[in-house]
Amino acid sequence: MPANTIKPYLRLSGLEPLVIRPETNFVNVGERTNVTGSKKFARLIRENKYEEALSVARQQVESGAQVLDVNMDDALLDGVKAMTTYLNLLQSEPDIAKIPIMIDSSKFEIIEAGLKCVQGKCIVNSISMKEGVEKFIREAKICKLYGASVVVMAFDEQGQADTLQRRVDICERAYKILTEEVGFDPQDIIFDPNIFAVATGIEEHNNYALDFIEATRIIKQKMPLAKISGGVSNISFSFRGNEPVREAMHAVFLYHAIKAGMDMGIVNAGQLAVYDEIEPQLRELCEDVIQNRREDATDRLIQFAETVKAKDKNEVKNEAWRSNSVEERLKHALINGITDYIDQDTEEARQKYPKPLDVIEGPLMDGMNVVGDLFGSGKMFLPQVVKSARVMKKSVAILTPYIEAEKEKLRAAGEGQATSGAARILLATVKGDVHDIGKNIVGVVLGCNGYDIIDLGVMVPADKILETAQKENVDIIGLSGLITPSLDEMVHVAHEMKRRNMKQPLLIGGATTSRMHTAVKIAPQYDNGVVHVLDASRSVTVAGSLLSKEQKPDFLATIGKEYQKLRDDFGSKKTAKQYLSFEQAQENRVAIDWNNYTPPVPTFTGTRIFDNYDLNELTNYIDWGPFFIAWELHGKFPAILQDEKVGKEATKLFQDANELLKKIIAEKWLTARGVVGFWQANSNGKDSVFVYDETRKETVRLEHLRQQNKKAAGQPNFSLADFVKPAAKLSQHTSSPFTGEATDYMGAFAVTIQGIEPHIKKFIENHDDYNKIMLQVLADRLAEAFAELLHERVRKEFWGYAKDEHFTNEELIKESYSGIRPAPGYPACPDHTEKHKLFNLLGGEQATGITLTESLAMYPASSICGWYFAHPQSQYFGLGKIQKDQVTDYANRKNMPLEEVERWLRPVLEYDA
Amino acid sequence: MKTIQQCLQERILVIDGAMGTMIQRHKLTEADYRGERFKDWAGDLKGNNDLLCLTQPDIIKGIHKLYLEAGADIIETNTFNAQRISLADYHMEPLAYELNFAAAKIAKEAVQEFFADPATNKGGRERAFVAGAIGPLNKTLSLSPDVNNPGFRALTFDEAMSAYYEQVKGLVEGGVDLLLIETIFDTLNAKAAIYAIKKYFSDEAKPELPIMISGTITDASGRTLSGQTLEAFYTSVMHAKPLSIGLNCALGASEMRPHIEELSQIAACYTSAYPNAGLPNAMGEYDEQPEQTAHFLEEWAREGFVNIVGGCCGTTPDHIKHIADHVRQFKPRPLPVLETAL
Repeated sequence: MPANTIKPYLRLSGLEPLVIRPETNFVNVGERTNVTGSKKFARLIRENKYEEALSVARQQVESGAQVLDVNMDDALLDGVKAMTTYLNLLQSEPDIAKIPIMIDSSKFEIIEAGLKCVQGKCIVNSISMKEGVEKFIREAKICKLYGASVVVMAFDEQGQADTLQRRVDICERAYKILTEEVGFDPQDIIFDPNIFAVATGIEEHNNYALDFIEATRIIKQKMPLAKISGGVSNISFSFRGNEPVREAMHAVFLYHAIKAGMDMGIVNAGQLAVYDEIEPQLRELCEDVIQNRREDATDRLIQFAETVKAKDKNEVKNEAWRSNSVEERLKHALINGITDYIDQDTEEARQKYPKPLDVIEGPLMDGMNVVGDLFGSGKMFLPQVVKSARVMKKSVAILTPYIEAEKEKLRAAGEGQATSGAARILLATVKGDVHDIGKNIVGVVLGCNGYDIIDLGVMVPADKILETAQKENVDIIGLSGLITPSLDEMVHVAHEMKRRNMKQPLLIGGATTSRMHTAVKIAPQYDNGVVHVLDASRSVTVAGSLLSKEQKPDFLATIGKEYQKLRDDFGSKKTAKQYLSFEQAQENRVAIDWNNYTPPVPTFTGTRIFDNYDLNELTNYIDWGPFFIAWELHGKFPAILQDEKVGKEATKLFQDANELLKKIIAEKWLTARGVVGFWQANSNGKDSVFVYDETRKETVRLEHLRQQNKKAAGQPNFSLADFVKPAAKLSQHTSSPFTGEATDYMGAFAVTIQGIEPHIKKFIENHDDYNKIMLQVLADRLAEAFAELLHERVRKEFWGYAKDEHFTNEELIKESYSGIRPAPGYPACPDHTEKHKLFNLLGGEQATGITLTESLAMYPASSICGWYFAHPQSQYFGLGKIQKDQVTDYANRKNMPLEEVERWLRPVLEYDA
Repeated sequence: MKTIQQCLQERILVIDGAMGTMIQRHKLTEADYRGERFKDWAGDLKGNNDLLCLTQPDIIKGIHKLYLEAGADIIETNTFNAQRISLADYHMEPLAYELNFAAAKIAKEAVQEFFADPATNKGGRERAFVAGAIGPLNKTLSLSPDVNNPGFRALTFDEAMSAYYEQVKGLVEGGVDLLLIETIFDTLNAKAAIYAIKKYFSDEAKPELPIMISGTITDASGRTLSGQTLEAFYTSVMHAKPLSIGLNCALGASEMRPHIEELSQIAACYTSAYPNAGLPNAMGEYDEQPEQTAHFLEEWAREGFVNIVGGCCGTTPDHIKHIADHVRQFKPRPLPVLETAL
């Protein structure tokens, strides 16, 4: 592994870093937060209006200042106090504090006071040898203790350097002292070789600009790591009040100074003119003055200055992009996700290019490449990319009929042949699984990167996937799944691919998949490449590597090695953890003092159906966190809306979501249906819970699994059965265990959001992936919200054991409440097959409106079910791995063949089955 | 004996895991915390873990030894809150120096006893280092505790600096080998600690001990609590010329990965990482298993991101053992080449 190299750049920081590299060009130091230079700022500080004074800083940052100069040198001010107060306040404004601070004072105690307030790496402006070397060294050492860079004024005991030679000599001397005696890094030294006013009417001043520029050149040559700075507005001091002329002078001066090596300057960040944009006549006059190239330069500039008036600066209109070329417009529309003009622009491009396909392969792909690059480098976020894809799809849809007609013409002319075209990727959610949001996102992202996507949808059997892959001659197959049984199905698909002698690489993705599972279980089944893909953004690079002839062998070899290592680890590490025998684990059950506990009685037993539940009410219970995660935007809600990086996009996404939600509710797109049930119940003191179903007059036996890993002293081995009161006496006959009335209760629920299909179809027809995914994600959120709401009503009303509970939505999301609602198939009870019992108890498909697939996924996809436990000690836990003794016992209890139980429980088995 | 710099060139070093998690296992009572010396102290002392260096030194030494046995090359003194600003919670400000001195002694003794006993030092390791742990303070210099007055500060830089100075003095005079400024969520606090360290060694005219710096990225925003990005944070403490820069706490290894990767690219010194055992579960407990944590760290080692690894909240000697076993085979991240020209 080669070592990194670290360049000796000047590195500064506020909340964000600022690295000054040779290519950085010129760093703007904002000058208006200076009581000596800004009347307004001075007044605000003197009147103690510090909060208002922040706006001056903000304006500088917004105008492009990269460093903020703060100066409180005023005879009427307590400088230490003013500096401390202002900088402390400024630190609490992230939009200002993001840039580094230049602490500017001629009094060192004010500088040190400033250094004590700022966490970032500052610049001290300034220290010098004006009062001798000893003081200079002492102050430099203190700056170093705070980690600050320093501006060194070209000043010594004799005074300020005003000739070229003195400028260079003083800087060299200071450099030697700082680097050799104080131990400063050379890149942390910034020289200010004194910018003085020119065009003052005094002849000796005429060469000041040139002297500075020349000094800069020599200093940078002799001390290349040091930096050059200066107060730029000094140069135009004699034109006070005439901003257009001053701006022009600054621009011309900087043009030459920067070329000579000036790195940064104190400027009014909002008012920097661009050299090329200065009116030619004014620019020429300024050049004469700055370069001191004619004797009458000053007079001529003064004469001209009298005629100059401030120009109006028109705001650039937002629609300016419409006047660009059609290629540029298409690119702009793609990058910004604007569909407003896509019809007309596509049509215009179609007429401009010889063939309709050229439009796709030319301007559209160019635009999407930019989108892909921006996404890859983290400058665009997923929701924006999905919007870009929408623009792309709409444009392609317009072109498609023309492309087909073209093909037809070629065929008729006998020139037709299969076009090679883009690489094709087949995507499918495997059999038994209905979840496809993630897969859809992967499809869009890959589509944006120029791949041709064949999406087979959800619940796709292996045969159909593989047949389609062969028929369509796809280049890559991607499988997705969310529930644990899908893992086995993926193993099956891989196995089938080998049997069919296929060659395409296989990608594995989805919430339940992992690199480890892929390496250990799927990859060994198929030899031509199996790769786990963590998220949509990675899918692009993986697909790229697999489709490149040069990269593919190396890529697969590397993955192969990695997976082999994972398999070795998996093989050798399994036993590192200690396990209890099942009996020992059962003895270490949760200790609940049942004698001093009166189980609360639900207000009803049997089931109650809630049909067409008010969606408005559900919206108050939405947990928005997972909503943003689904869109691959990471951060906490609502803070994510203000996030520096993704905040803007998150806010837009959130607005779009709320708009769609309003529409869903107003136009009754979706309906919410739920069922809640309670039953008398008792445990057998081990891992079974007997539930008495009054409707059917029968006892249902629920089976639970118990943690088996060795726990620290005092920690129980959890099983959900522990949270139900054991029966006083159990009959030996398991089909009718109750000897009298049961003494505790259990509950269950199922909720679902129905009616999504026609709307999804409509969005697909409209090429609108963005709203399709949005609708799916929102339906999921509504189902979760419904589960949360019903659980609250259960606690407060139906079971009523927490009548006085008052939680905010945030607290609900954090699960602060008493009692739990674990779902079969999730960490506390990973056996999906118990879902059959749950649904039977609740009244089956008819009552719940939910069907179960062969993998026991629920359809509609936005459905949730679970058990209710009320005991205050009940809690969520993860089962962890379990051993064969428990699995054998469990199979007996369930009356199921051991092999079948092992198949369902494979992800939690501690042994190879 | 090899210096820590020499050891770091040869291999990835392992730092110990959580102290608090291990203390909890002893289920100590108020009386245990008080011991004989503080039995009549006004106010509760339970939870003052640093005090155990005085009242239950054997427990602390025992935990140090468990980590040494698990394979830790660096153990941290039990002094996370041992400076007068945090100790004010227990009205124990005057004990600051004594606590640090005692904690350093205990850790050094643990190392000596571990290496003296052939039964414990099975791996034939040559030496282990004691890092004086310097925590973040319970007050911050960059943030106001009063939302209505954002310019307010509950503490001055000078107060923080002198509290740290006293802690550093106790740790160094107690014999630590390194100083570790850790769990930094406000960089200005860390800058006060750096100032104090530099000042102490300069005042005493002693050679400076190596400084390790470890910041904390608090959430998915990728920033410190005081709002800095990782690179901004590193830039702000570079002047310490630290032995290592790294990250610990708040995140599990899975969430920490992108940040440690970035740090490994920009750091001019060695890098360290000791994440929590995953994120806390619904019960506020850490349940990432030792082999899980170890797998993450192994991948970092393979990628060349790290020079020093270990664990923070929720990690145990078992985690450290797994981590040590998993990273042993990998070469350490080479020290970057510091160029002298642009």
